[in-house]
Amino acid sequence: MGYLISIATFACIWAVLALSLNILTGYAGQVSLGHAAFFGIGAYASAMLTVKAGWPFWPAFLAAILITGLVGGVLGLPSLRVRHDFLVLATMGVNFVVVAVFKYVAFFGGAMGIIGIKKPTLFGMPLRGVWFLLLAGTYLALTLWLSHYLSRTWAGLGFATVREDEDAAEAVGVSVPRFKIYAFAIAAALAGGAGSLYAHFLGSVFPDHFVFVESIGIMSMVVFGGIGTLRGPVVGAFILKALPEYLRVVGDYRYAIYGGVLVLMMIFQPQGLLGDESWLWKRVKDKVRR
Amino acid sequence: MLIWNILLDTLTQGSIYFLIAVGLTMVYGILKILHIAHAAVYTIGAGVGLAVFRMTGNFWLALAAAMLVSGGVGVAIYRGVYYYMLDQPRIVPLITSVGLFLLMQDLLQKPYMMGPYQHAFPAQDVFPSITLPWGTIPSAQVMILVLTAAALGLLYILFTRTRLGLAWQAASQDREMAGAVGVNLNRAIALNFMLGSALAGAAGVLVGVFYNSVYATMGDVPSYKAFVVIVLGGMGSVTGTVVASFILAFAETILLSFVGYVLPRDAIAFLVLILILMFRPRGLVGR
Repeated sequence: MGYLISIATFACIWAVLALSLNILTGYAGQVSLGHAAFFGIGAYASAMLTVKAGWPFWPAFLAAILITGLVGGVLGLPSLRVRHDFLVLATMGVNFVVVAVFKYVAFFGGAMGIIGIKKPTLFGMPLRGVWFLLLAGTYLALTLWLSHYLSRTWAGLGFATVREDEDAAEAVGVSVPRFKIYAFAIAAALAGGAGSLYAHFLGSVFPDHFVFVESIGIMSMVVFGGIGTLRGPVVGAFILKALPEYLRVVGDYRYAIYGGVLVLMMIFQPQGLLGDESWLWKRVKDKVRR
Repeated sequence: MLIWNILLDTLTQGSIYFLIAVGLTMVYGILKILHIAHAAVYTIGAGVGLAVFRMTGNFWLALAAAMLVSGGVGVAIYRGVYYYMLDQPRIVPLITSVGLFLLMQDLLQKPYMMGPYQHAFPAQDVFPSITLPWGTIPSAQVMILVLTAAALGLLYILFTRTRLGLAWQAASQDREMAGAVGVNLNRAIALNFMLGSALAGAAGVLVGVFYNSVYATMGDVPSYKAFVVIVLGGMGSVTGTVVASFILAFAETILLSFVGYVLPRDAIAFLVLILILMFRPRGLVGR
């Protein structure tokens, strides 16, 4: 039971990561392969504030969100100059540099990471097990609501314009730099909160938790589920995060299967499992309509 | 002496970068796909080369087998996978490529393939070492330099003097138009993958011999390092790749010998990449 709850908690945290990347990539069209860097910055910010500065969980959690959002806004600056595949590579680079800084700067604990991070408390009661799952679930619900809300605001329209055609967006008076930085900051802030939860759930953070492969994993969840939708990234995160845990029982082939599933998926259902034009989603809609 | 060492290191490392990255550049030039699975092809080349070398003891046979098999794998990846997603948004082949890389590397790590070990590749004395008045080039480095020079020459002739090279250039400028004026696109792209992958396989063998070690995850570093090279080289330009390989190798060597170990080599490479992209958003040699 405890094992299932852990898997569910991880799935919630990764669903937030997928949704936040979805805002950046699905809404605003900025493909990033460095999202784990924001995840790591949030985790490290929260870990250092609680362990080294002695803050309680809640202010550290909010500070982690704020700090990561600010860093995200700054790291989004390259996107103003760099487009398409070059941006993919630049974000990839950001990921490598951030991890290297965590690993080689003594201030951040080096390769030994930071340990002894306390569980969050509510009214003096430490949150563990189901209660932590509830916390992660609440954060996921908030993220879902924010994603939904964003898609219906002026900013949501701005993102869509930037995604579809930057030049046309400029021509009709939409400030492309502003919406790009917004997208980066919002996506980073949400990922930072997920990082904070992750740090307090595990009780320790290490640079290796936030490497490039993790960024690939998050992107895979978004694309696997169906980019640009709300259901897609969540379902993608739950399947791709929980499936390898389940497959661990099946055998040693989980990465091979993981990779194979991605390849087959992209050949036969490039819109993702639950994307708007996907086979499965059409079936679901038909059933509902009838 | 120091200058000689820096020069030699730069040339060797740059040659290795070039052999790995040129296949990526060729694929990117025509298909605009960031082909991450290329790094697994490189590992397969090293593995096949080592297996044949153990069976026959002949380096040239091993190199030929490695190039043949990795070339075949490259064509299989194109015909079996990328072929179906040429008209999809670019993120689709990118994710596919990541999936392929995971799949292939996981299989390579299995005990019946390479296992989790490093294997020695004792073929260092195929070429003689060369002693010049100002220093010696060890035989493994002679091998890398000579074979890279040969590959460069071959590529130069292919790209500038043959119809195939012309077809590649046409396809990289406008794939549909090239098809419309009678370029056999399927053949040209398949050959493009074959040659690029075969060169990656050769690079795998050379790196395996140079460091005397072949292992299943040896593709990890080149999988992203090669991207730094192709970005610096302006993405899709073979000339740019040559220049960028040696510039990157030179920058790394200089930093390591004069500044010392501040950040790992790869972080430095990416820091340089981000800085260059900020000032030259389309790469160093890009249009």
